[in-house]
Amino acid sequence: MKQSRIPLLTGLLVLVFFYLPIGMLIVQSFNAAKFGGQWNGFSFRWYEELWARTDIHQAAWNTLLIALLSTLLSVVLGALAAWCIHHFKTRTQRVHYGLIYAPLVVPDILMGLSLLFLFVNVGAQLSLTTIVLAHTTFCLSYVTLVMLGRLQDFDPAMIEAAQDLGAGWGTIIRRILLPLLGPGLAAGALLAFTLSIDDFVITFLVSGPGNTTLPVKIFSMMRRSSPQVINALSVIFMTVTFVIVLLSQRFTRSQT
Amino acid sequence: MKRPRWTESLLTVPSFVWLVAFFAVPTLLVFAYSFKPAELSGSVGEGWTLDTWRTLANPIYPAIIWRTIWLSIICTVVCLLLGVPVAYWIARLPRLWRQRVLILIILPFWTNFLIRIFAWRTLLHPDGGLKNLLVFFGWAQPNDQLLYNNGAILLVLINTYLPFAILPLYAAAEKFDFSLLDAARDLGATKWRAFRSIFLPGIRTGLLTAFLIVFIPALGSYAIPAIVGGPSSEMIGNKIAQRATTDRNLPEAAALGAVLTLVILVPLGIAAFLRRKDQRETPAATDGPAVAAGPGGSHP
Repeated sequence: MKQSRIPLLTGLLVLVFFYLPIGMLIVQSFNAAKFGGQWNGFSFRWYEELWARTDIHQAAWNTLLIALLSTLLSVVLGALAAWCIHHFKTRTQRVHYGLIYAPLVVPDILMGLSLLFLFVNVGAQLSLTTIVLAHTTFCLSYVTLVMLGRLQDFDPAMIEAAQDLGAGWGTIIRRILLPLLGPGLAAGALLAFTLSIDDFVITFLVSGPGNTTLPVKIFSMMRRSSPQVINALSVIFMTVTFVIVLLSQRFTRSQT
Repeated sequence: MKRPRWTESLLTVPSFVWLVAFFAVPTLLVFAYSFKPAELSGSVGEGWTLDTWRTLANPIYPAIIWRTIWLSIICTVVCLLLGVPVAYWIARLPRLWRQRVLILIILPFWTNFLIRIFAWRTLLHPDGGLKNLLVFFGWAQPNDQLLYNNGAILLVLINTYLPFAILPLYAAAEKFDFSLLDAARDLGATKWRAFRSIFLPGIRTGLLTAFLIVFIPALGSYAIPAIVGGPSSEMIGNKIAQRATTDRNLPEAAALGAVLTLVILVPLGIAAFLRRKDQRETPAATDGPAVAAGPGGSHP
């Protein structure tokens, strides 16, 4: 039977559609011209300019710090949550699962807004702390779901077997839980880390003046400074994310 | 069995309390704040009032809400129209190529989405390459504006959400038994008929997930209209952010947030209805959770 050409053509068209903006961005970041209109020759000047911008360095540092803290928090909370939902099949856990699941269907703008109201309501100063609390909240759901997926292949009878053989919890964690669930934890952590680094909308609403992360900084730079610096910054940002993704692919693959 | 219950509570408390405190309670707060009076100083007044809800009848709001809804509907329809053939294409590729193409589809979306929107702004810029190309072929006038309008928003919305449509559609298409299409053809169905009455119903779980994963975040868009949209193409998300940050009118932001929440319940309701209908007709059908495929997930 002769295959229709429509799927192939749509597929190729869609790939062009996806790569066009990114390709142009990379090319433009090496363009010496101040605005993207014409090509003034190859140059590293935007990368050099970026190197001198201490405000961007500060934002990058904030982003990293927030990502590390919220990854740590969401992995601990998420692993516990997944364990409970998987292990105890009670009504409480059904509500628990609902609470984990609901944030995934709520758009960012609403989540950011509601957290802003919470912080205003309790009179908390918007700071790096409020950003960490917000990031942990949305990362928690993703980490839990990744962990739940891993736990499905995990047989709790192994723990009972180990206990029967006289192993204490220390040994069980070291010899059974970490080797079997470690890759899942790592995948969840990398996911949380990238989600936190990438988030703009929620951060934008719960960050106070002077506490910017890289995406918020990029957003404010779009209105003012030269677009070419943003291109250079974007290329670096993109490279870092790709490296993290490649790492996470490794972890996921070693499991399956 | 006293001990297990006690252990369960102890282990459940951290994440449970966290989500109640930072998700459930704040969501209810949005509704509560919409009944509070706003003060000019930017703070929230004492007592309760319906004034904020009355101001929503102001002519600009219905227009913005309506625009948000129709832009999201068109975006979802286009994403499904493009996503179905792409999913079909990938599912019929040899195994090795399937993996490669999937990675190619996902890779661009590991770029921060603000950066991608920004790239579109450069691309659609009056002096940008795309504009020059269109003018060269005579498809656009030199004075045409590609940016800061509904069209630009729609283009970037589709670019952002299309992979979230493709992934669940592919997941469903991969499980589809393509020999059924050949069987339909042997029985005399046309290519199109076989596709419509065998393939599309076969991937309906994927269609439903794709619909939710595209439509809901599109309704809540903020950054896309803020960057490539103009003053006359705002969406609810923009107004919410504007009221919450620049204007510091928290009750009005809350009321708009409440409206958006109510709007979102419609697609969720439709999905729940279709899923129930599906289960009644085919009791064996099991639905996996409609989870976004990865970072960026439902969070652009």
